[in-house]
Amino acid sequence: MKISYREAMREAMREALATDPRVFLMGEDVGRYGGSYAVSKGFLEEFGPERIRDTPLSELAFVGAGIGAALGGMRPIVEVMTVNFSLLALDQIVNSAAALRHMSGGQFSVPLVIRMTTGAGRQLAAQHSHSLENWYAHVPGIRVLAPATIADARGMLAPALADPDPVIIFEHAQLYNMEDELRNDWQCDIGTARVRREGSQVSLITYGGSLPKTMQAATELAEAGISAEVVDLRVLRPLDSETIIASVQKTRRAVVVDEGWRSGSLAAEISARIMEQAFYELDAPVERVCSEEVPIPYAKHLEEAALPQVFKIVSAAKAVMGKS
Amino acid sequence: MNEVSLDREFALSLLTDMLRIRRMEEKSAELYGAGKIRGFLHLYIGEEACAVGVLHAMAEEDNIVATYREHGHALVRGISMKAIMAEMFGKKEGCSGGRGGSMHLFDAKSRFYGGNAIVGGGLPLAMGLGLADKLQNISRVTICFFGEGAMAEGVFHETMNLAALWRLPVLFCCENNLYAMGTALSRSESQTDLCAKAAAFNVPTLSVDGMDVTAVYETAKLAAEQVRSGHGPYFLEVRTYRFRAHSMFDPDLYRDKTEIEDWKKRGPIHSFSQRLKAQGMLNEEGFLALDARVGEEVSAAVDYAEAGSWEPVEDLLQDVVSPEANP
Repeated sequence: MKISYREAMREAMREALATDPRVFLMGEDVGRYGGSYAVSKGFLEEFGPERIRDTPLSELAFVGAGIGAALGGMRPIVEVMTVNFSLLALDQIVNSAAALRHMSGGQFSVPLVIRMTTGAGRQLAAQHSHSLENWYAHVPGIRVLAPATIADARGMLAPALADPDPVIIFEHAQLYNMEDELRNDWQCDIGTARVRREGSQVSLITYGGSLPKTMQAATELAEAGISAEVVDLRVLRPLDSETIIASVQKTRRAVVVDEGWRSGSLAAEISARIMEQAFYELDAPVERVCSEEVPIPYAKHLEEAALPQVFKIVSAAKAVMGKS
Repeated sequence: MNEVSLDREFALSLLTDMLRIRRMEEKSAELYGAGKIRGFLHLYIGEEACAVGVLHAMAEEDNIVATYREHGHALVRGISMKAIMAEMFGKKEGCSGGRGGSMHLFDAKSRFYGGNAIVGGGLPLAMGLGLADKLQNISRVTICFFGEGAMAEGVFHETMNLAALWRLPVLFCCENNLYAMGTALSRSESQTDLCAKAAAFNVPTLSVDGMDVTAVYETAKLAAEQVRSGHGPYFLEVRTYRFRAHSMFDPDLYRDKTEIEDWKKRGPIHSFSQRLKAQGMLNEEGFLALDARVGEEVSAAVDYAEAGSWEPVEDLLQDVVSPEANP
């Protein structure tokens, strides 16, 4: 049966709430409104206001409360409406959640899950279109996930809740309506990258909302006679270097696709790791397809021009193949 | 509240704890000068009656969230002076394994959720601890210490609003020492009545003279009882003064020397020991004997810290994440 990414995420949360009394959900409009992206629709009626908690617009306070509740024995899921607003809570995430375990000499861990949407593509302009996954992936002490498939939307939450340390889950807003078959083997780890399409001539390495575009690019490349392998990072911290390097050693070429801005991006980190660990096996310099270095504009044609697109990925892959 | 008759043993325990903080910190300052303690060192000298009065009013199962000026709170809460001193030395035997230092004392056993070096950073965390207790029907108070400087932070307002809205069992204890580092309250707040600020969120408030340890104790006890009985958060202002500079780097140029001297005349240890003497509970000999015992504890703590070990560098990356974390 086909289900949407939104439904997969909802099912994962419903299961967690139904099976673990320590789990509760809090965030802006998660209850009566049903979730700003309708992920928690129906939960208030099903689980009640003690466990589905609408918060005021106080990102710093309710994320911090999530940290405290996790320390106090609960397993909170905190929904921050979007990554853009999570900047208001950065202090608690970076200075408390990520650091507590180490700076307490291992006495306190923070089993907190923070979910937030990310990404552009809906003409929401500069303040609602950020992809700042790399900001969080920069910080030791937190695990950062980017489910890009229906199975990962269904499967990643349970291991995230079982993790004794803070986990941030990025849900790309463009993925919510994506539908696919949910096969029985959706249960998954939260430590490894996956090869989503096998290929032999170039590795296309990506995550989150860029995965469907990258898969489409691989299809077009195949039509042009180029065999592209697609690696879905899934986990942005800690990065699964092994899978990335194994793919590049096989194909000898790499294009990294990342909706973040190029400078200081995850794509830069991955490119550096390839250089460090597979330099002599490369047949061409690593290419990057990232967002243009501009606040994401409103006008549709400008927004499209600012973001990674299928044709840009195809063209970058051809370039590393020495074809144009 | 000065006239309330006191149990002698209890009174002496208050005095002893204030003296333990004072002597430990005087020694810390000396060791800072000697290069044994580094980083930031924020002394609590002058403010001892706050931690001692408030924490003596709390129950063993209560949670404590403190600030970066938390040596006293940690000590009164039951973390050994040895473990605190070793932490300030950066030794493995320290209460945070040498990873935290002066500003990040932690102890799971006594539910001491740290020294937090971000002004206001402990406020929402304390609220979350209260939320966890409420959701689990645990009758416990979380006490959150912060300075008046934190009340200019947005997180104070967000936290007071949410804690009051959800009626969470948190005692918010503002240690008002009148200066946020070097900036006087009146130079940073349009409303200097701190209780009025808290009251704006429908939180009940009390303000107490932080130089009077028994007044602090009685007031904190009253507030904690309200919180414990399910009436939601409470705001307690403890009016105090720090006798030393903000940190060891602070030349202390922003206060009048006469202001400091005036406050020192009301010093919490001096005034309380005078009072006990007047009431016949203590004589000078007794005070000196007590002070000598505290001095021995300080010496033993320093020896312990000196003899402590450095964590092997190979362990640097331990406890960034849990060892049992999914790979």
